[in-house]
Amino acid sequence: MKEQKLTVTENRALTESVYRMELAGEALEAQKPGQFVNIRLDGLFLRRPISVYDSAEGRLAIIYKAVGKGTRQMTGLKPGAELDVLTGLGNGYDLAKAGNRPLLLGGGVGVPPLYLLAKQLREQGRAVSVVLGFNTRAEVFGEKEFKALGCDVTVTTADGSYGKRGFVTDALPEEYSYFYTCGPEPMLRAVYRATKTSGQFSFEERMGCGFGACMGCSCKTITGYKRICREGPVLEKEEILWAD
Amino acid sequence: MGRLTTTLCGIELDNPVIPASGTFGFGYEFTQWYDINILGTFSFKGTTKDPRFGNPTPRIAECPAGMINAVGLQNPGVDRVISEELPKLKEVFHKPVMANVSGFSVADYAETCARLDGEAQVGWLEVNISCPNVHGGGMSFGTDPKAAAEVTRAVKQVTSKPVIMKLSPNVTDITAIAKACEDAGADGISLINTLQGMRIDLRTRRPVLRNVMGGVSGPAVFPVALRMVYQTARAVSVPVVGMGGVSSAEDVLEMMMAGAAAVEVGAANLTDPMACKRIIEELPEAMDRYGIRELSELGGKN
Repeated sequence: MKEQKLTVTENRALTESVYRMELAGEALEAQKPGQFVNIRLDGLFLRRPISVYDSAEGRLAIIYKAVGKGTRQMTGLKPGAELDVLTGLGNGYDLAKAGNRPLLLGGGVGVPPLYLLAKQLREQGRAVSVVLGFNTRAEVFGEKEFKALGCDVTVTTADGSYGKRGFVTDALPEEYSYFYTCGPEPMLRAVYRATKTSGQFSFEERMGCGFGACMGCSCKTITGYKRICREGPVLEKEEILWAD
Repeated sequence: MGRLTTTLCGIELDNPVIPASGTFGFGYEFTQWYDINILGTFSFKGTTKDPRFGNPTPRIAECPAGMINAVGLQNPGVDRVISEELPKLKEVFHKPVMANVSGFSVADYAETCARLDGEAQVGWLEVNISCPNVHGGGMSFGTDPKAAAEVTRAVKQVTSKPVIMKLSPNVTDITAIAKACEDAGADGISLINTLQGMRIDLRTRRPVLRNVMGGVSGPAVFPVALRMVYQTARAVSVPVVGMGGVSSAEDVLEMMMAGAAAVEVGAANLTDPMACKRIIEELPEAMDRYGIRELSELGGKN
């Protein structure tokens, strides 16, 4: 965990509401897949937690959806803008359990944290299958990037306007050794029910601090109370207790 | 004695800056950001007799110049605070710590305080009768002078440590509550806890917080807090700890000019993990700017 000044080097729209931002900073360390950063924005009190899309030493890419005041404000940031960012937050995905044929399941704006994961799994020589789910054709992003890594990519849309009609759970491959997923909670619940192996889920929650101080993002798990920002955002399938 | 030295209920502080309960955990989370021994002290996470998960999420919302929380006193319970958190804290913090206590009955408060009275590292007991986010406890003791006095008396009976009663701003006359606590034996008063508030999500048309209402903190509440500290410091003769939206060295000075002996910093720790370090470092320069040689000049009762 570090607090640092990062400079925006690129900020462009991928779809009508999804943006990709590149950030650079000299002392920036490579982030782990599944980790997030917490960004301070002018005029807003709370930082905005955004998952890491891609990262290497000195640079960082995030993909975010303009949903509320903070993320809408982010879309207006131009190259050269300096941001105060807390980096290296959260536990991230554990690659050790992937096996030879890991499956990655991403839904909507839950797709981004899977990219750095896929990249590292491919570097380890694993055969990676990816299923990306969206509501409709206009919202699709990331297909080309995952394919360029050498992943076997399937895209689903709920309305059938692109790829396979349905949800990510309608496109699960026959064989996979383990899975990693991130997406809206209804999707995560469906993935929990539909998968045959163990796996890891990345959760989101409204956060106060992002580094474990305020207890704002706590959840109950089989192994006790956890903070999404600290012991999460990635939880193992076996420890998840769904609320309600 | 340095320029920043102050005294709180007979215990000397290197400086008046105290991270507020609920924004600093049990101290441990901040050791990765800076050496927490630079602090005057800190008030640890509100502790209850039994372990609590707190309220369902979302528990946090943004508001203009601040935030709203409805965490609801998540804590591991006094037994585990004593057996796990305090031994861990001893490794990284070598000053007296302020123990923050909450409860759901007078007996709860007394039992938790009695347990913490036996802990050598606990310097002060800060008794929270002002949590707006729990039902059947917390704030209900802090909005009625009789109940506030009853909790104060019960706690004073079980401890020899200084007892600081933490008050709620959600009252008509803060001085009536403060005086009731003083008359019942309180050694100090701290204020303010959060102001009750809420937000509605325009997209869902429902409250952002699952608890519907929560407590507002951050710079937005600073003038309200300052006013209440000013009123309270004039109404009682015990030391007053000021808090509410403090986020700069100037805010600390303003609180002390209003009559605070020491100053707690809350929400600022969450958005800037280095907030208290920065404030302590900026204090001497801010004092120079306003012609303050030593903080002891500022007149808060100690």
